[in-house]
Amino acid sequence: MGALEQGFAYGFLVLGVYLTFRVLDFPDLTVDGSLPLGAAVSAVAITAGYDPFLSLLFALLAGFLAGVVTGVLNTKFGILHLLASILTMIALYSVNLRIMGRPNITLLGKSTILEPLTNAGIGMFNAAPLLFGLLSSLALLFLLWLLHTAFGLAMQATGVNPQMITSQGVNTDRVIILTVGLSNGLAAVSGALLCQSQGAADVNMGVGTIVAGLASVIVGETLFGCRSIGRALLAALLGSVLYRLTIALALSLKLGSFSLTPSDLNLLTALLVVAALTLPKLRGKVFSR
Amino acid sequence: MIHVTDLVKTFHRGSINEVLALSGINLRVKKGDFITVIGSNGAGKSTLLNCLSGSYPIDSGHILINEQEVSRWPEYQRASLISRVFQDPLLGTCGPLSIEQNLALANRRGKPHGLRRGVQRSDRELFRKQLAQLNLELENRLKDSVGLLSGGQRQALTLLMATLVKPKILLLDEHTAALDPKTAQQVLELTQKLIEDQDLTTLMVTHNMRQALQLGNRLIMFHGGRIILDVSGSEKAAMSVEDLLEQFYKVRGEEFVSDRMLLV
Ligand SMILES: Nc1ncnc2c1ncn2[C@@H]1O[C@H](COP(=O)(O)OP(=O)(O)OP(=O)(O)O)[C@@H](O)[C@H]1O
Ligand SMILES: [Mg+2]
Repeated sequence: MGALEQGFAYGFLVLGVYLTFRVLDFPDLTVDGSLPLGAAVSAVAITAGYDPFLSLLFALLAGFLAGVVTGVLNTKFGILHLLASILTMIALYSVNLRIMGRPNITLLGKSTILEPLTNAGIGMFNAAPLLFGLLSSLALLFLLWLLHTAFGLAMQATGVNPQMITSQGVNTDRVIILTVGLSNGLAAVSGALLCQSQGAADVNMGVGTIVAGLASVIVGETLFGCRSIGRALLAALLGSVLYRLTIALALSLKLGSFSLTPSDLNLLTALLVVAALTLPKLRGKVFSR
Repeated sequence: MIHVTDLVKTFHRGSINEVLALSGINLRVKKGDFITVIGSNGAGKSTLLNCLSGSYPIDSGHILINEQEVSRWPEYQRASLISRVFQDPLLGTCGPLSIEQNLALANRRGKPHGLRRGVQRSDRELFRKQLAQLNLELENRLKDSVGLLSGGQRQALTLLMATLVKPKILLLDEHTAALDPKTAQQVLELTQKLIEDQDLTTLMVTHNMRQALQLGNRLIMFHGGRIILDVSGSEKAAMSVEDLLEQFYKVRGEEFVSDRMLLV
């Protein structure tokens, strides 16, 4: 799978992570479960003969519901956001297995959303980046529009100043539930796209999703800035692509007989996030001396 | 307009840190009343405002606004009736959003925040006109983020946001206390103007006794979670700071005496 294709496929997830972490200030780990949920739903739907595009919509809805569960656990039951999201994530592992009926499903020989393009004579190597790039750009435009609606402004204010927005008559619980839902809907679409381009859904494909998503957001912010909402959304999407390119590069490096394997990625990504989170502080300390 | 009966509020109920912040408040506020609220630290002034706005749930008692029992309403729902300005200038506005976006949110107070565009083109004219009365040149900075403004500018903007849609009740909690004296005076004058223009029913907490006597048509004094003085009209107009202090020490003195009697 090409880095560009992966970057755009994960772009949905990264946009979702931007919504929860940055806009809502809600660290949401549910995505580790909702990304494979999307893959599972899409794979099962396609196997059952549904249109591959329709399966994306099913994935979106399923992911949305998963996010709603986390949001409700947090706002209505008063469970700390991190813990609420971990609970949903763990529960989703069982749910995903139930949906698939087994740990993985292959889509060999089944039609996917890439079929119309390959049928039109576009090579598989180009079709996926093209289609995923287009779809993730549409998601970006949708979020850009959403964040400038009255609801979107309320969403931004909920993350920054809940007291202020409550005094303006907004039910912040509702905003949190809907936003976490949307974020996980996007993560599930990522899962569905990945499953269709890899040709398989796997119950373990979600491990490390949140850390990779966060790393992509941070890479994007660092390189492209986040002065306006539009800029920040674009940075998130480009961050996703750059992150996947970096990973591909790291995997291709060889130092003598040592080279990195895909199983090292979680460690590398975690280190990258730690570095990105601490470097600004360290720099501040060094300069203040 | 507002009718509060037997309002009781305790913090940390049942623990050794239990605080009886309001011990059975009775208060009737008439439409158009501008009430200044004074009292020592910890007397319960902020707690009363927070109970009215719904920030704190109450233990017992009733809060009626326009004959409607609102004491079980969540805070966001009461926002359709009540506007607030806090002591902290950062609390009333959203820093990363622009001036016009903040005003747009305030312009929809109590209405659904749906999927229509946040800032409508037609809103801008209104916003400019409203901002112009602040005399802070903000009317040409609609797109600047509020985080760029000074504390005084933010507090003036918060006041404007609180009155953009006329509230049934305006709650001000030491809203000039965090500002330098000159800015505080400007914000106070703006407060007076906005209240007079719209004939707003207002409760204003202040630590400045002179201010409390100068402004409004009624004054209430809190002590130990109770209202110990309630004067209005000509009676209030005739009062001096010394009279207020005298009243205050009289009540406190009686308490000292009763404490002593208990100890003996
Ligand atoms: N959130 C809270 N949790 C616990 N105790 C509180 C809380 N808020 C207020 N209190 C207590 O309730 C009592 C009344 O406090 P309140 O803030 O209403 O006083 P105040 O009259 O506004 O005083 P000040 O003039 O200092 O602002 C105090 O003893 C205070 O410690
Ligand atoms: Mg107070």
